[in-house]
Amino acid sequence: MPTTDDSRDPTPLRVSVDLNLCQAYAQCCYAAPRHFRLIGREALFYDPAPSADARADMERARISCPVQAIRVEDPDV
Amino acid sequence: MSDVAALTSDSHAVVVGGGLAGLRGAEAMRDAGFEGRLTIVGNEPHRPYDRPPLSKHVLTGLLPPDVTRLPSDLDGDVEWRLGVGAASLDRGARTLRLTDGTTLRYDALLIATGTRARPWIHPEEERLPGVFSIRSRDDAASLRAALVARPKRVVVIGAGFIGCEVAAVCRELDLPVCLIDPSPSPLGRVIGSAVGGLIGAVHEGWGVEMRLGAEVAHLEAKGGRFVGVRLKDGGRIEAQVAVVALGAVRNTEWLDGSGLSADSGGIDCDERGFVTDAFGQPDPRIAAAGDVARFPHPLYGGRRIALEHWGHAVAQARHAGRLLAGDASGPVYGAVPNFWSTQGDMVVKSVGLTEGADAVAIVQGDPAERRFVALYGRAGRCVAAVSVDSARWLPAYGHLIETAAPFPPAEAVTDRPSRKIDILDPGFA
Repeated sequence: MPTTDDSRDPTPLRVSVDLNLCQAYAQCCYAAPRHFRLIGREALFYDPAPSADARADMERARISCPVQAIRVEDPDV
Repeated sequence: MSDVAALTSDSHAVVVGGGLAGLRGAEAMRDAGFEGRLTIVGNEPHRPYDRPPLSKHVLTGLLPPDVTRLPSDLDGDVEWRLGVGAASLDRGARTLRLTDGTTLRYDALLIATGTRARPWIHPEEERLPGVFSIRSRDDAASLRAALVARPKRVVVIGAGFIGCEVAAVCRELDLPVCLIDPSPSPLGRVIGSAVGGLIGAVHEGWGVEMRLGAEVAHLEAKGGRFVGVRLKDGGRIEAQVAVVALGAVRNTEWLDGSGLSADSGGIDCDERGFVTDAFGQPDPRIAAAGDVARFPHPLYGGRRIALEHWGHAVAQARHAGRLLAGDASGPVYGAVPNFWSTQGDMVVKSVGLTEGADAVAIVQGDPAERRFVALYGRAGRCVAAVSVDSARWLPAYGHLIETAAPFPPAEAVTDRPSRKIDILDPGFA
């Protein structure tokens, strides 16, 4: 099947943030500073494919989001 | 009227469309307990990926184009048919013909074929090297490569949300960029030129050149490459890269001959989410979701609308997936439309629909601080709100819109307690 899914880590975590919900409380930026940051007042930049060793940070970020906008897929769960 | 077909573990559910709506719809079928065979057909060779970063962080180089695959809890229990599109639909035989000539028989079908970038009016000009549009991650990768080559100027044709995002990216990369649109302001058709002009002023502050009230007649070539645009008024703008950002057209051509009611504006659905035929009769085995679905929205008197919004694709697909899996217990789908746009370091968000608005007021914050909420009224009711760097206030306005609260709102707000609210003409052309 012609599936190409080239990425930096062969089995990264997969992350998406519902930016409609996001209100820039920035809790994710404290929980996982290597993977989330605010640009300007409320433009959230995040890494959609962090390597699997970021698992604990990403889970902390997901849980700490006041509007529950973060979704994480862990290939090993 | 025929009832919802009950799916069993021997049934085959097919999702046409390998984007956000297709993925979330397939997940919803599983969540609703569907245990049969599930196939997702996608015409791109990639697993479903997130598109919003393509016109922002992928173009600035913060993200490579191939890392935005969407998270999903669908595991190995899905068959992927990627790199192949839908060619035609035979509802009598319940088969879907694919572009590789194979067929799939379905017991339930979710249509989520989405949109494609509206093409430039002259096909031979669109094929010139140096001319780009953005829809797929491959498009974004091509445009990124062209921006890295430091063109002397980029022209962006169309100052809608994608056009504004691209123009902002060019300035972040310190590339000269010219934004061209027939409206008197950027975003004029979507949010009106009163608020659009405020956004335009921000772009001008970033150094974006504006050619408003101008229309491009031709993309000009020299030596087989794009070298500039010719305007309808005869003016010429030299550039090495053109980005055509004229909105999207819906992918419904493959439904010709199916008997379903579909055209370039979408495929018609009934209030439950089932697609309907030319006589308005629903097909209880087929639902549609996302950009391609034109459905009667309960907030707008049942008028049929199709929305190209990320959150809508997710929510409507969840609804449609449950519906096809036999769970029709939920309320009629009618979420308030909302979207966001990140332009440079500015976030523009919207809730409701500005269409037909006859008044607008800055109800909170101050445009001079690039931080405000604009509320739109139509016939004395709140219909939409747009926030600039003020996202936390927006849900409250969403409530006013959902309940069709009187416009202008009576109460003063906390951060401008005494100032009189000026009611403006929203400036829709």
